[in-house]
Amino acid sequence: MPIDWILGLAGGLMIGAAAALYLLVNGRIMGASGILGGLVDGSGRDSWSERAAFVAGLVLVPGLVALAGFGRETNLTGNLWVVIAAGLLVGIGTRIANGCTSGHGVCGISRFSVRGIAATVFYLLAGGATVWLFRHVLGVI
Amino acid sequence: MRALFAFLSGGLFGLGLLVSGMVDTTKVQGWLDLFGDWDPTLAFVLGGAVLPMMLVWRLAEGRRPALGGFFPPKPPARIDRGLVLGSVLFGAGWGLAGLCPGPAMASVTFGGWGGLVFLAAMVAGMLIAVPLRSRLDAMPRPALSSPR
Repeated sequence: MPIDWILGLAGGLMIGAAAALYLLVNGRIMGASGILGGLVDGSGRDSWSERAAFVAGLVLVPGLVALAGFGRETNLTGNLWVVIAAGLLVGIGTRIANGCTSGHGVCGISRFSVRGIAATVFYLLAGGATVWLFRHVLGVI
Repeated sequence: MRALFAFLSGGLFGLGLLVSGMVDTTKVQGWLDLFGDWDPTLAFVLGGAVLPMMLVWRLAEGRRPALGGFFPPKPPARIDRGLVLGSVLFGAGWGLAGLCPGPAMASVTFGGWGGLVFLAAMVAGMLIAVPLRSRLDAMPRPALSSPR
């Protein structure tokens, strides 16, 4: 639907602006998994306040917007086993690969990083194969 | 000062994830569903984020961040096992539930119990990854990675 595409583009521009701000002002890569991962496993101890502030903004601002009545349905599956398995895979995978959709995807591709582009190809292929298998073959999701 | 701008950046990122539809798992799974009712919205999200960032990286060349320090150096063009294995595992989880780390955090206040469970499992996975990563690093390098 075209309205979804326009919202997607507008939201994408905001994501790009956020990455630009974090890079040009703080001098850091805006990678969601790296920022949170360094906070929870202690590897980012020397920059914990910056990481915690980023996570606080990321959680609170959409929370306030949702509270004001402009939230969005996440439509997450009600199958808790799928949710747990998916969460574990996302947590393990992004930390082993050292990045996710924001770090490797947005920040990596835009600087023509070979690692960022390769990671994006692999997680898109794996995501596509997973949706095909679990939706069209097994009918779980 | 660093924390203030980190908060602003995180907030803008969260707003973008909300507006773009990245927090809606059906849109993400629709994008990954090439053999079903494919939804191209995420191409607009990625394009909207990547294109201005290309200019920003060029702008950063030869300069320094506003708050001091240096821009992160470009990593060597080495595709190692961790990058491939990790990305495949991440992609599988992304496809299964339709959430990646940013949207998981952005939607945790309004995503119900499921969203909280996903975030908790993701954090647990990040902790499990610590010993896995050191084990991967300790293994001898296969032919896939170029010697350095």
